[in-house]
Amino acid sequence: MMKGSLKSAMEEIASAIKANKDYLTDLDREIGDADHGINMARGFDAVMAKLNSAEPADLSSGLRQVALTLISTVGGASGPLYGTAFLRAGKTVRQGDMLNPKLALSMFRAAVDGVEERGKAEEGDKTMVDALEPAYRAFEDTLKSGGDFPECLEAARDAAKKGVEYTKTIPAKKGRASYLGERSIGHQDPGATSVWIILNALLQYAQKIHKEQ
Amino acid sequence: MKKIINHPADVVDEMLDGMVYAYPQYVRRLEGLNVLTRTKAPTEKVALVSGGGSGHEPAHGGYVGRGMLDAAVAGAVFTSPTPDQIYEAVKAVNGGRGVLLIIKNYTGDVLNFEMAAEMADAEGIRVEKVVVNDDVAVENSTFTSGRRGIAGTLFVHKIAGAKAESGGTLDEVKAVAEKVIANVRSMGMAISPCTVPEAGKPSFVLKENEMEIGMGIHGEPGIQREPIQTADRIADRLLEKIFDDLRLSPGDETAVLINGLGATPLMELFIMNRRVAEVFAGKGIKIVKTYVGNGMTSLEMGGCSISVLKLDDELKQLLGAPAETPAFVQF
Repeated sequence: MMKGSLKSAMEEIASAIKANKDYLTDLDREIGDADHGINMARGFDAVMAKLNSAEPADLSSGLRQVALTLISTVGGASGPLYGTAFLRAGKTVRQGDMLNPKLALSMFRAAVDGVEERGKAEEGDKTMVDALEPAYRAFEDTLKSGGDFPECLEAARDAAKKGVEYTKTIPAKKGRASYLGERSIGHQDPGATSVWIILNALLQYAQKIHKEQ
Repeated sequence: MKKIINHPADVVDEMLDGMVYAYPQYVRRLEGLNVLTRTKAPTEKVALVSGGGSGHEPAHGGYVGRGMLDAAVAGAVFTSPTPDQIYEAVKAVNGGRGVLLIIKNYTGDVLNFEMAAEMADAEGIRVEKVVVNDDVAVENSTFTSGRRGIAGTLFVHKIAGAKAESGGTLDEVKAVAEKVIANVRSMGMAISPCTVPEAGKPSFVLKENEMEIGMGIHGEPGIQREPIQTADRIADRLLEKIFDDLRLSPGDETAVLINGLGATPLMELFIMNRRVAEVFAGKGIKIVKTYVGNGMTSLEMGGCSISVLKLDDELKQLLGAPAETPAFVQF
């Protein structure tokens, strides 16, 4: 694939997060502390400022920059969690590697492992993991059955969306929403929702690049 | 939203500058960072670093000074500070005898402080941490992130700070901090909401005649929403839950903190304290020291919390030791 760049992919994510800033914050107001959209928007704005000031040499160092910027600007739990995801994804890439679906799969796995380790969360806890794990499995299955990059991402996005819907049916066991116990049932998890928004943005990006080729 | 601010995005930055202008004898700001450190700290002691989201003023910057914290890291409003800022605070105050991080038990705070501790550890700085979880409003079970940390944290700052000031080792300071955590319980309630400047609208809504028992300091839901009652009845409710969790017997010695959440007048806090004193007297439990005031707020939230610390000789002596900070002076 990849005529695109990390910068244009992050641009797609940043504008999707910005467009959904109030939505994410409203979801968080219901079961958390009403800052998820605000924090994510601040973080991805900073990421774009960083990438605009100096385009990274390669994918590996670019992802590291994205991670460190998110860690130092998002705050809350999302900063370390998303930061760790990008940091681990970046570690999977060797210097000079170009993105391809197989590499993307191992980046995806490393990112999900990072989030689970840092947050000590697993599927069913009503967290980001409830979108990430099914999305990863869908990506993997689609790749195995010969899907191209946009098809893999589409499957991942759709699976993440199902994961988001699933979070409405379960009580939270991690994060601030866990204090609500059963009262958190019926509300969708803001973190799982931002995972879905990011995957959707990556899909939009991949489809654009695919068309250009 | 009606607030005396310049711009929502600037509140933390401008507040920190304002604190430094007000108390240059106690605190200074690390250049380019949201970190307040002691103006002059002796380097030959264990350093204490705390922090958390802003909006809880005077916590935590107001407790930086002799006998309490060495540095406080301020995050965005109600949002944990980031690891890079915490790490810079640790580096700035480490005098070689190690650094204790005092963390309130929220997922974000724990994650960010842990990452900072890893960064400091990689630099060869000895860092230990304690996590405060005094709020009995929420269940402490394996199915939640544990109890929240609220105003009882101030007792940890005070007592661990006194231990460090008296020359305690990092292990000793950590041990006494953990002893405080094991013996302090808090419970709060709210009657009116607060508005995070960047969010622009109240974080929850209570009807004119409603209160919420067990409300957290970020507007997290508590145990129950119900019609408001008298101060005496509210004090009874909060104490009941504290006594369920903290075993106290006649003759035991305690310290009590009646903490306002921002919009509740001292008049009402003293009315609460009157009832608390009566209840303790009725049970034969001694209150050695009472603090009443806005020690850990929640912006302009209306409401209060009660914290009770069970004392032993060591805790009592350290609690009574002198301290001099912007928000807490004791001779």
